[in-house]
Order: sequence, then C-alpha cells, then structure tokens
Amino acid sequence: MIQRVAVIDYGMGNLHSVASALEHAGATEVVVSNEHQAILDAERVVFPGVGGIRDCMEAIRRLGCDQLLDQVLNVDRKPVLAICVGMQALMSHSEENGGVACLDVLPGQVAFFGGAHQSGDGERLKVPHMGWNAVRPAIYHPLWRGIEPDTRFYFVHSYHVVPDSQAVIAGTFDYGLRGCAALAQENLFATQFHPEKSHTAGLTLLKNFLDWDGTCS
Amino acid sequence: MALAKRIIPCLDVDQGRVVKGVNFVGIRDAGDPVEIARRYNEEGADEITFLDITASHEERDTTVHIVEQIAREVFIPLTVGGGIRSLQDIRAMLNAGADKVSINTAAIHEPELVRDAAARFGSQCIVVAIDVKRVSAPDDAPRYELFTHGGRKPTGIEAVGWATKMAALGAGELLLTSMDRDGTRDGFELVVTRAITDAVEIPVIASGGVGTLQHLADGVTEGGADAVLAASIFHFGEYTVGEAKAFMADQGITMRL
Repeated sequence: MIQRVAVIDYGMGNLHSVASALEHAGATEVVVSNEHQAILDAERVVFPGVGGIRDCMEAIRRLGCDQLLDQVLNVDRKPVLAICVGMQALMSHSEENGGVACLDVLPGQVAFFGGAHQSGDGERLKVPHMGWNAVRPAIYHPLWRGIEPDTRFYFVHSYHVVPDSQAVIAGTFDYGLRGCAALAQENLFATQFHPEKSHTAGLTLLKNFLDWDGTCS
Repeated sequence: MALAKRIIPCLDVDQGRVVKGVNFVGIRDAGDPVEIARRYNEEGADEITFLDITASHEERDTTVHIVEQIAREVFIPLTVGGGIRSLQDIRAMLNAGADKVSINTAAIHEPELVRDAAARFGSQCIVVAIDVKRVSAPDDAPRYELFTHGGRKPTGIEAVGWATKMAALGAGELLLTSMDRDGTRDGFELVVTRAITDAVEIPVIASGGVGTLQHLADGVTEGGADAVLAASIFHFGEYTVGEAKAFMADQGITMRL
C-alpha cells in the first residue's frame, strides 16, 4: 500500500529528520511542502515545529496553514500528527514571546516551566526540559501500540501545554509537575516529545501513525 | 521516573575522518564518522556531537555532506560544532540535519550572535561551547578562564561569569570542556563543572578528560552535569556506550537503558 505523508513546511527549520524518520518507519512517499494541494493529496499529515511561537504563528497564518489544517482535520478528517511546537500551536494561547494567540484547535494554554523550577523533593530542575524522559500513556490509543509505559522519549522545550479538558491528555511526563507528553482528539495526535529523535521508541510511534486509520479505538 | 542523564559520544572530525588527540595534538585516526555514528546509535547513545576540529571554509562542504548522511540514518539528536561564525553557518548546519549547533570562538568575538541565533532558531538548538583552563595557582582560590585555539590562546575571560552571560543571552545548553584535561584521561575537571552547573538554569554537558567509566559517573554525581561527553574511550572499542550506561545506572544515576 502506498503511504503518502505530507510534512507541513512553514519555513521554521529543518524537517529532514522528520521526513527521514517517516521513511525509515515505512512511508513510501514523504512530501515536505507548504503547497496546499500537495498536502491535501496525502493520506496523512505531520505538523511539526521548532523555534519561537510568535514566528511560527506568523508563518502559519501567512502561508494559510491554519485554514489548511482546518480542512485536513475537520473536513477531510485525515490522521494528523503534531510535534513539539506544532502541538503548542494547536492550543488557544501561549505565554511565550510575551503572549501569542494560537490556533485554538485544542482549547488550553501553553505555560512556561518557570525559573527556579524544582522537583517534588526539592531537586533543582533545568529549563529547557532537555533529554530523555519517561512517558506514561494516559489512555489506550493505537499510536501507543508496542510502547511500554515509562518508555523514554526525547524532549526539548521550555513551555508545556495545559489543556482545558483532561479528556484530551493521551500521555504524561514528570518534571516537577505532571506535564502533557501527548494529546489526542479524534483524528489528531500530538506529542511534546520528538518521535523523530527518539530512536526505536520514536520510530515505533511513527510506524503506528502510518498504520493509523484516524479513529481512537 | 526522572529525566535521564545523557551520554554523548563525540566525533572530532578532521578532513572527513574521526580523530582524537591528546590536548588537541598527536592526532590518532579512529575512522569513518558515518560508520561510527551508526555504531553509537545502535549502542544506545543519547545524542551525538560532531566537532569539526579544523573547520576551514574549504572543508565546510565535506562537513555538511557528512552531517546529511548521519542525519539520514541516526534518529537521535545531533549537535554540530566547529567554525560556526554566523547565522548563515547555523542555518546551513540545521538544514543539513543538525538538531543543535555549538558556537565557541564566535561567541567570544561576538556575543550578540548567541542572542540573535536563539531569537532566530530557538534556544533549544543553540549550544555554547566553553573551553576553560585553570589559571590560579594550586593553593589559591580556583579561577578558570576561557581559552581559544585548542587551549593555546588565553582570553582573560572568567569562566563562571561567562557561562551566566551566555545563558542570559539565550543559550539552551552549555558544553564545558577543560582544556587542562582534554585528552589526558585523568577525568573531568569537577571543580569548574560544579561551579558552572550551580550557576546556570540551563543544562550543562561536561567534557574533557574521560578515561574510565567512573569518570563519567563522577561528572554527574560530583560535577552536577546533566550530560557527559567522551570521545576516545568509545572510539577505540574500550567500552561501549551500553556498558557506560549500565555502569552509571548501577551507581544510582537515572539513565535511559
């Protein structure tokens, strides 16, 4: 079966890693583009992101990626995987860069970890949250197939998402607080960690995404 | 379950080959960087750092090509450093597939580069490399200063204050190398490692001097480092990355096994 995946490229950094990892996980064709037709032609869509949220949101709106995502998610109802800042951009609002309005696909906030961040037993925690942390699935989901609880994934972020509804939390991590490692809503799955940088565990999740029909059962 | 401490094998690359010297002199060939990166990836390395130690502009194409090849098959974070002087250099390395770029001498000549790079590409991909030597007499209060040119050229800049300044400008991580220890196999310079990890909120990678697995563990437990970097103990097959991680885990350090 042909697995055509589109990676939305809104000009915020290197997407080769995402594309290479998807190919490694079994995608037969990976299109990295902001051409709307090329993205609409794909069976599934990856919405990545790195860098500051203000520049990301500016590029997303300038290139019409907000309308494109709406089409893919709500009209065509294709499986969508959002990664890192891509996930944060889906929330209502981010504290980063002095406060930035986001896409409001998933109601909720993006909050700073805070200076002098500490664990429950008083250990000082560095920000950014950078490195391999354990992820605990919060729900059954096809994207967790073959991934044991507390498997480590690679994170690098200073802001974390706080959704209004607990029901969309698909997985958590501990870093001085119980943070959202992943969110899920219908045909959308989003990760704060980078599956494309998370070695075998990340490739398993990407393969699960390629096999996913976009339903949650 | 806490965040794991990281082991980062480092590839010092000269004209397309992995080398490792003693105090950056007396270079020994360890092989093909793509092949070595692949091996570390399979052994469970948490990240890989690639330092272009000659980094003349003529060789930049070779480096870009190697980075592209590594990024295509190694699905862990990759940091590239050596000769990074401008936003264009950073963009070229990120486009080639690097996840982070390490800025060293250019940060000394032009500290604003760190601020501009963090604003443009995000702090998460900006590592500032700090090469230090102890300049105080053995009986005096320890003082460390930055050195350039592989430890040959003093700058007079005090190390802990510099680390704080780089963090404030937007560095996402610091790569601290003791040039007194680099290549000696005597272990990390733990005094300056502890001073800097205590002074900044961002993660610190300890580097320079690893000769045993105990040295790696000491970097975390005594130096307070978030990650430890080593080259020669892995290159020549003395230890695998997996053995190093198992050793550190046995000492109670949280590792990704």
